[in-house]
Amino acid sequence: MNHSLDDMYRDIILDHYRSPRGKAPIPHPQISSNGMNPSCGDEISMAAEVSDGTLTKVHVHCRGCAISVASGSMLAEVLKGKSVAEAKEIAEDVRRMLKGEDCGRVESLGDLDALKGVRKFPVRIKCALLAWMTFMAGIKEYEAGSGTQVKISTEDDAI
Amino acid sequence: MAKETNQTAPSLGITRPTLDVERLKADFPILSQKIGGNRLVYLDNAATTQKPRSVLNAIIEYYRKDNANIHRGLHTLAERATEAYENTRTHVAKFIGGVSTEEIIFTRGTTEAINLVAYSWGEQNIRAGDEILITDMEHHANLVPWVMLAQRKGATVKRIPLTVCGHLDLTDIANLITPKTKLVAITHVSNVLGTINPIAELVEMAHKVGAKFLCDGAQAVPHMPVNVKELGVDFYAFSSHKMLGPTGVGVLYGRRELLEAMPPFQFGGEMIREVRFDSITWNDLPHKFEAGTPNIADVVAFDAALIYLEEIGLERIREHEILLTKYAIEKLSKIPSLTILGPLDAAQRGGAIAFADADVHPHDISTFLDSRGIAIRSGHHCAQTLMRTLGFVATARASLYIYNDEADIDSLYEALKDMRAYFCV
Repeated sequence: MNHSLDDMYRDIILDHYRSPRGKAPIPHPQISSNGMNPSCGDEISMAAEVSDGTLTKVHVHCRGCAISVASGSMLAEVLKGKSVAEAKEIAEDVRRMLKGEDCGRVESLGDLDALKGVRKFPVRIKCALLAWMTFMAGIKEYEAGSGTQVKISTEDDAI
Repeated sequence: MAKETNQTAPSLGITRPTLDVERLKADFPILSQKIGGNRLVYLDNAATTQKPRSVLNAIIEYYRKDNANIHRGLHTLAERATEAYENTRTHVAKFIGGVSTEEIIFTRGTTEAINLVAYSWGEQNIRAGDEILITDMEHHANLVPWVMLAQRKGATVKRIPLTVCGHLDLTDIANLITPKTKLVAITHVSNVLGTINPIAELVEMAHKVGAKFLCDGAQAVPHMPVNVKELGVDFYAFSSHKMLGPTGVGVLYGRRELLEAMPPFQFGGEMIREVRFDSITWNDLPHKFEAGTPNIADVVAFDAALIYLEEIGLERIREHEILLTKYAIEKLSKIPSLTILGPLDAAQRGGAIAFADADVHPHDISTFLDSRGIAIRSGHHCAQTLMRTLGFVATARASLYIYNDEADIDSLYEALKDMRAYFCV
């Protein structure tokens, strides 16, 4: 590989990996979803409390590699306090950024910019995507009002 | 090549000189490159091996001089191509214990060889209520075809469990191999645990109840002398690319009377004798199972791989791997956070060494080692059910071959220690 290890494992990423944010469980979440990457076995569960259209609490628990854990931790940090609409836009921007498509605002969102380095390691993009896909699946169910807990896989077609 | 050194290991009963790895390495052009400024340390041999110059040349020479379609042409090139292709078949038949060339079928790989048996023999012989016995350490290639066959037929797939050390647990074997058992399909050497299974003993048990025995030899034939007659197996499958040969070539050995009774797997050219709209007859063995134009060039070049391995000697290769596996296990055991899977006694296992770190995920291990030029595999190693049984979702795996030496293991060890410092602080 022609890229330096530190391109992917930026200090910010290692910091999130070593001490992930959003660990506190949420007793009665309005949004709740689980995701997994069957190719490496990474698993993530997340939950959020919604009040007046705002994500007041975001919980993420991820069992996986440094990239998937850090990405989940960043998600918890960034999305807390955002409106559901804003959170969806951010998640879509992160997805576009990781896929190498044009995206607007990620650079203005602090730590998330560090995920850009993952693009140089194509096999690891799914690791970084896992948390965001899981979140989007949870939002979809929330908006549909089904109240069920969703489960997604990085091998699903929608990615 | 393979100049001898004076190193021996009497403690392991090995008194022959070990391999001159430096000289062997020089035969593999790919190994001389740098990866990110580091010497390439290739430790992913259970996935695929590198190719010596003689194999690369054989591919080029075939296309430069002899390329033609085989068996049907009457011109000089067709004759040469046919002879070269059939020459490899003769060599393979000798290589695995002196079987008949009619019992050697070329496929795309081990996976296709096993699927051939599942579709041809399996469709004909497996019925509702029958049992197929596999083990808890099978690669997906020797698991999914049987699960699917069982589903189609209403048969059951049973599994031999494992001991905590990673051997087959045969305590309950009398209840697993029964008159209901129609096929026993077991790997010779595990691609994750490294375990070498007691195939001959298991074949005897299978045959006692009238079951047939298929052995997945993908991780065995490259690494040790294998004699399918002594093992007594009915079917044996392996791949060229895991033993210095090209990708896209596999071998299915099958006992003649079984192959003769089996229907073709695929239909088309080459596998027929006479075609009329109302009656079609099949070609003789082994051509009955080789429909269409095969992978001629790579089969031809596979012969060069067999020659290379024979010049070193399969027994010496096995001894080299025992010594190096022992060294690797001892070295890796010095890192307290590592768990090594499978038997720890090198004499009882092959050189695929899967391990997990208590704190660092296998993907991060792989990426970190790659930054040091070290190629290993991480993931489920096409054995998701085994991973679940062992309680891991994924592991890292270093796997050895003839061109690896203690310096490669030292590089791995140093890099793993640095990796801990990088991720764990």
